[in-house]
Amino acid sequence: MKALKCRECGREYPLEATHVCEFDFGPLEVAYDYDRIKKSLTKAAIESRPKTMWRYRELLPVATEPTVGRQVGFTPLIKADRLAKELGIRELYVKNDAVNYPTLSFKDRVVSVALSRAKELGFDTVACASTGNLANSVAAQAASAGLKSYVFIPSDLEQGKILNSLIYGANVIGIKGHYDEVNRLCAEIAGKFGWAFVNVNMRPYYAEGSKSMAYEIAEQLGWRLPQHTIVPMASGSLLTKIHKGYQEFVKLGLVANSETHIHGAQATGCSPISVAQKAGLDFFKPVKPDTIAKSLAIGTPADGFYALKVMRDTNAAADDVTDDEIRDAIKLLAETEGIFAETAGGVTVGVAKKLIASGKIPKDSSAVICVTGNGLKTLDAVNGYCGKAREIKPSLREFEALLAQQEKVNA
Amino acid sequence: MSGVIQNPSVKVRIPTPLRKLTNNEELVYINALTVDGAINALQTRFPGIQERLVDDKGEVRRFVNVYVNEEDIRFLKNRETPLKDGDEISIIPAIAGG
Repeated sequence: MKALKCRECGREYPLEATHVCEFDFGPLEVAYDYDRIKKSLTKAAIESRPKTMWRYRELLPVATEPTVGRQVGFTPLIKADRLAKELGIRELYVKNDAVNYPTLSFKDRVVSVALSRAKELGFDTVACASTGNLANSVAAQAASAGLKSYVFIPSDLEQGKILNSLIYGANVIGIKGHYDEVNRLCAEIAGKFGWAFVNVNMRPYYAEGSKSMAYEIAEQLGWRLPQHTIVPMASGSLLTKIHKGYQEFVKLGLVANSETHIHGAQATGCSPISVAQKAGLDFFKPVKPDTIAKSLAIGTPADGFYALKVMRDTNAAADDVTDDEIRDAIKLLAETEGIFAETAGGVTVGVAKKLIASGKIPKDSSAVICVTGNGLKTLDAVNGYCGKAREIKPSLREFEALLAQQEKVNA
Repeated sequence: MSGVIQNPSVKVRIPTPLRKLTNNEELVYINALTVDGAINALQTRFPGIQERLVDDKGEVRRFVNVYVNEEDIRFLKNRETPLKDGDEISIIPAIAGG
């Protein structure tokens, strides 16, 4: 790490808990000394290290060894042949962060970085504004690190996501409003209390954790960039960081500079970025979210401008899917690959299907779908849509009758 | 009755990055008819604050979110959003996802 740098005007700031340029409110980003990193971060060095996101430690913003979430990351990259056949594409992979450690979403990556850095900066209390997954990860990793935590969520979140924060003893505050309102309140709270708010004053460090997903994809593909990557968009941050991760690998000579397209996926009920992308605009109009994909329900996406720019620069597309399409896609992924994704995963698979069908992702190409969260946390979304268990008495006769009936139905 | 008709009195919450300009004041009371008027009134009291909030074309900067009574002005009438006595304006930097 060299400094924090404004993405808009380039002004530099010291490496503290601060996230906004005082001059133009542009987001601050961590700047690195790539010439120095290039000397130590070779393929051989990386391959010799433990299989976690921290094998790329030089590219993650901590000053010393990480102290929180050292086991996070290096989730499976699955070659998804059965799903590829269904979607009609030559080669398809699923990057499966539904099994990330410890809380089953990609947020474990960003929180591991944010809390390691928060400890370096001397904080004893951490907090976040969250649509659920982030809250779960902050609650869990704060508990294991012995930090106090406050997590702020929209009060109408899925039960699973609320319980998954409460169990760790976090202070869970449900806000009667949507995420953008939680966000606004947290920006005000963060200005008042001396806490490490992972996605407010710790955001420059936090957001960098997402890059590890890109590094892993490139390494797991055999040190190359995928032709196409499909990424879910809430604030748009993950998409921009996947792009940054790929670019850094090119800059360090770890992969060849091949053509790579990074496509964005949203839910139709909250699609400010995909609507703007489809209309060819470089700015978005905020919306009031209404979708079952609650983890993506951000109507005022902070990184929307940069996400639109990445899609423009990589000659990529965006699209969005309805609640029904999301459920269908969750089922499709589960039935073809045995992966149960949360609603955001349904969004990504559903949009991948659309982009392949429309030819925006060519059928003879190779693509990676990023699944960022686990279906066990959003059971409400599919309850009643995947059939019911059939009940019988513990009798062989009843089971044979049931099978016979089923054969009749299938015939 | 005599006297000048005063513009509505509104409360403005100043975000941390701008408090160096307001002598660390977090709450500021000003009189203005619209959000645009409020930005002008802030500039008169705290020279330099305007260019932090709007770009050279006079548009609110893209990483600045302005709220009137907790509603984003982009859902109201943007800079032309009218103000009345007791309204509260919040100026908040955009923050990341969650």
